Amino acid sequence: MTDMTNGEGRRGPSFAPWLSKTLTTLVTVAVTLLGLLFVTFMIGRVMPIDPVLAVIGERATQAQYDATYLELGLDKPLLVQFGIYVSDVLQGDLGKSIRTGQQVTTDIARVFPATLELATLGTLIGVAIGVPLGVLAAVKRGSWIDQVARLVGLVGYSMPIFWLGLVGLLLFYGILGWVAGPGRLGIFYQGIVEPITGMLLVDAALRGEWTVFRDAFSHIILPAALLGYYSLAYISRMTRSFMLEQLSAEYVITARVKGLSEWQVIWGHAFRNIRIQLITVIALAYANLLEGSVLTEIIFAWPGIGSYITTSLLANDMNSVLGGTIVIGSIFVGINILSDLLYRFFDPRAK
Amino acid sequence: MTTANLRDWLLSDAPTSRRQARFASWYKGWLTLRSNTLAMVGLIVLALIILAAIFAPVLATHDPYAQDLGQRLLGAGHSGHLLGTDSLGRDIYSRLLYGARISIYIVLLVAMVAPLVGLIVGTVSGYAGGWGDVVLMRITDIFLAFPRLILALAFVAALGAGIENAVLAISLTAWPPYARIARAETLTIRNSDYIHAIRLQGAGPFRIVTRHIWPLCISSLVIRVTLDMAGIILTAAALGFLGLGAQPPSPEWGAMISEGRKYILDYWWVATFPGLAIFAISLAFNLLGDGLRDMLDPKEDTA
Repeated sequence: MTDMTNGEGRRGPSFAPWLSKTLTTLVTVAVTLLGLLFVTFMIGRVMPIDPVLAVIGERATQAQYDATYLELGLDKPLLVQFGIYVSDVLQGDLGKSIRTGQQVTTDIARVFPATLELATLGTLIGVAIGVPLGVLAAVKRGSWIDQVARLVGLVGYSMPIFWLGLVGLLLFYGILGWVAGPGRLGIFYQGIVEPITGMLLVDAALRGEWTVFRDAFSHIILPAALLGYYSLAYISRMTRSFMLEQLSAEYVITARVKGLSEWQVIWGHAFRNIRIQLITVIALAYANLLEGSVLTEIIFAWPGIGSYITTSLLANDMNSVLGGTIVIGSIFVGINILSDLLYRFFDPRAK
Repeated sequence: MTTANLRDWLLSDAPTSRRQARFASWYKGWLTLRSNTLAMVGLIVLALIILAAIFAPVLATHDPYAQDLGQRLLGAGHSGHLLGTDSLGRDIYSRLLYGARISIYIVLLVAMVAPLVGLIVGTVSGYAGGWGDVVLMRITDIFLAFPRLILALAFVAALGAGIENAVLAISLTAWPPYARIARAETLTIRNSDYIHAIRLQGAGPFRIVTRHIWPLCISSLVIRVTLDMAGIILTAAALGFLGLGAQPPSPEWGAMISEGRKYILDYWWVATFPGLAIFAISLAFNLLGDGLRDMLDPKEDTA
C-alpha cells in the first residue's frame, strides 16, 4: 500500500490530513514514552542503592556479586543497557519486586483495579456536580452561585488533599459514623465475592452480593468524594469559562431573538458547543485523579497503585516504584492523546 | 518630597526619566492590585506568615524541638500551650512558627530554580529555532506529560529524602510550563523591529536574549510563578507527609500532619493546625496570583 500521507502524489479528499495528523501524534507518543523510559532508567541508574546488593542482599560472596553483576548486564555500555531495558518493558517485563518477590506487572495488575475504581467514581462525582455548577456559574455570572463556584475552586486549589482526607475521616467516620473507616471492605465481607474485574463495586453487583456492595460502597464513598471534590474544582472552573465564551457569541443572541426559551439557549445551543472541549477537560481530570489518588490511598489505606508505589519507595524497592511510574505515566500520556484525537475527530473546526 | 507631590510625580503623564516611568508603572500596578480586595487579603496573610517566620524566635513560646513526655497530646490552651502539644509533648504553636520558615525556604528555592531553567530553555529554544527548538520542546513535552507528583516521588527516591532533594525534585517537575511560556513570548518578540535594530547595531544572540528578551518574559513568568506557589507548597507538604521531604524532628507542616495522623480520631488538633497553616499560605498565594494576573494580564478572564 502506498503511503498517502507522506508522498508527492495526490492526497485523499479529507481523510488523509486527519490520518497524517494522527500518525504525527503517534510518533509524538512514541517519543514521549521513550523519554519516560529514559527518565525512569536514569533514575534507576543514579540512585544511591547498589542494584546488585538490592537483589542478592549484603551477605553475598564476591563471586555471587560478580555473577549477578553480569546477569543484570551492568558491565555493558549505558546505551546497550537502555536498549535492553526498553525491550524488556515493551515485552511487559518491569522486573521483579524485591518487597513482594513477584513480577512488578503481576503486582500492578493486582492493585490497579482498586485505583481505577476509586478514580472512576471520583470523576463521576466531579462531573455530576462540576458541570452543572460551572454552567450555572456562567449563566448567572456574578451572582451568589458564581461566588460559591469560585470559592469551591479556590479552596480545592489550596487545600492539601491528604489533610482534607484526614479531617473527613475524623468527621464522617470518627464523629458522625456515617461511613466506614479506612480500607476497601469490612473484615466480615472479605473473600466473599470472587473477583471478576477486581473492582469491588462492579464485582459485587455482578454476583448479586448486595450486602457486600453496600459495605464496599460505604468504604469507597468518602475517598471518592474527596477525589471528586478536587476534580469538580477543576471541571467547574473550565466549564464556566467555556460557557462564558459561548454565551457571548452572536448565535446565542440570535437564538434569544428568535424567542427560544432560556433553557433551550443554554443547554440546546451553548452547551452543545462546549461538549467536545469538556470531554478533553474531563479526560485530563481523570488522568489527574489517577495520580492524585496516591495521597488519598495512603490516608484511606486503599490498596491501589498509589499505596503500592509509596510503600515500595519506603522499602527501597526501585523496580516497583519505577514500574508504577511507567504505568501511571503511560496512562497519563495515553489519556492525553486520546482526548486530543477525540477532539480532532469530533470537532469539525479542528479539521 | 510630600506625599501629594510624590503621587503627582508618579502619576505624571510625561515622565522625564526612565526611572520615573518605571516607578510610575509600578505604582499604577499597585493601585490596580490595591483595588482588588481578595488579592490584598492574600497579600496581607502572606505578609503575616512571612513576618511570623522571620520573628519565630520572638513569637514562639517554647523551644520547637524540646520534648516533654509528661505534657504530651495536651489540648489547645492547656498550661500555656496555645495550640496544644504533639505526641512528644512539643508545643504545636511554636513548631508551626518555625515550620513557616521551612515552607517559605522551599517555595523561594523552587521559585528561583524552576522559572530560571524554564526561562533559559524557553528563550534559547524560541530564539534559536530549527532543530534546537524541536529537540528542546520535545524534552519539555516529555516532562509535561509526566504526572508531577509521581515524578517527584521517583526523583526523591533516587536522590534520597531531605529538603534540598525535595526542592530539586519539585523544580525538575515544575520547569516545563515556564519554558513553554518563555518560548511563546520569545516567538512574538523575536521578529519585532527593535530586535532587528539591536541586531543591526551589532548585538550578539547572547546579549539579545539576556538583555532584550528576558525582561519582556518576566511579567508573564511572575504571574505563573505566583499561581504555582500554592502547588509547590502542596507538593512539598505532600513529600513531607510521605516522609520524603523534611525529616523529623524538623517542624515541617506536612511531616507534622503525618505525625498527627495516628492520633486523628482522639487528638484531632495535632494534625489539624498544621493543615490549616498549609491551607492559609496556599490560599494566600492563590488569591494574590489571581490578583496579579488580573493586574498584569487583563486579557485573561478572571475565573
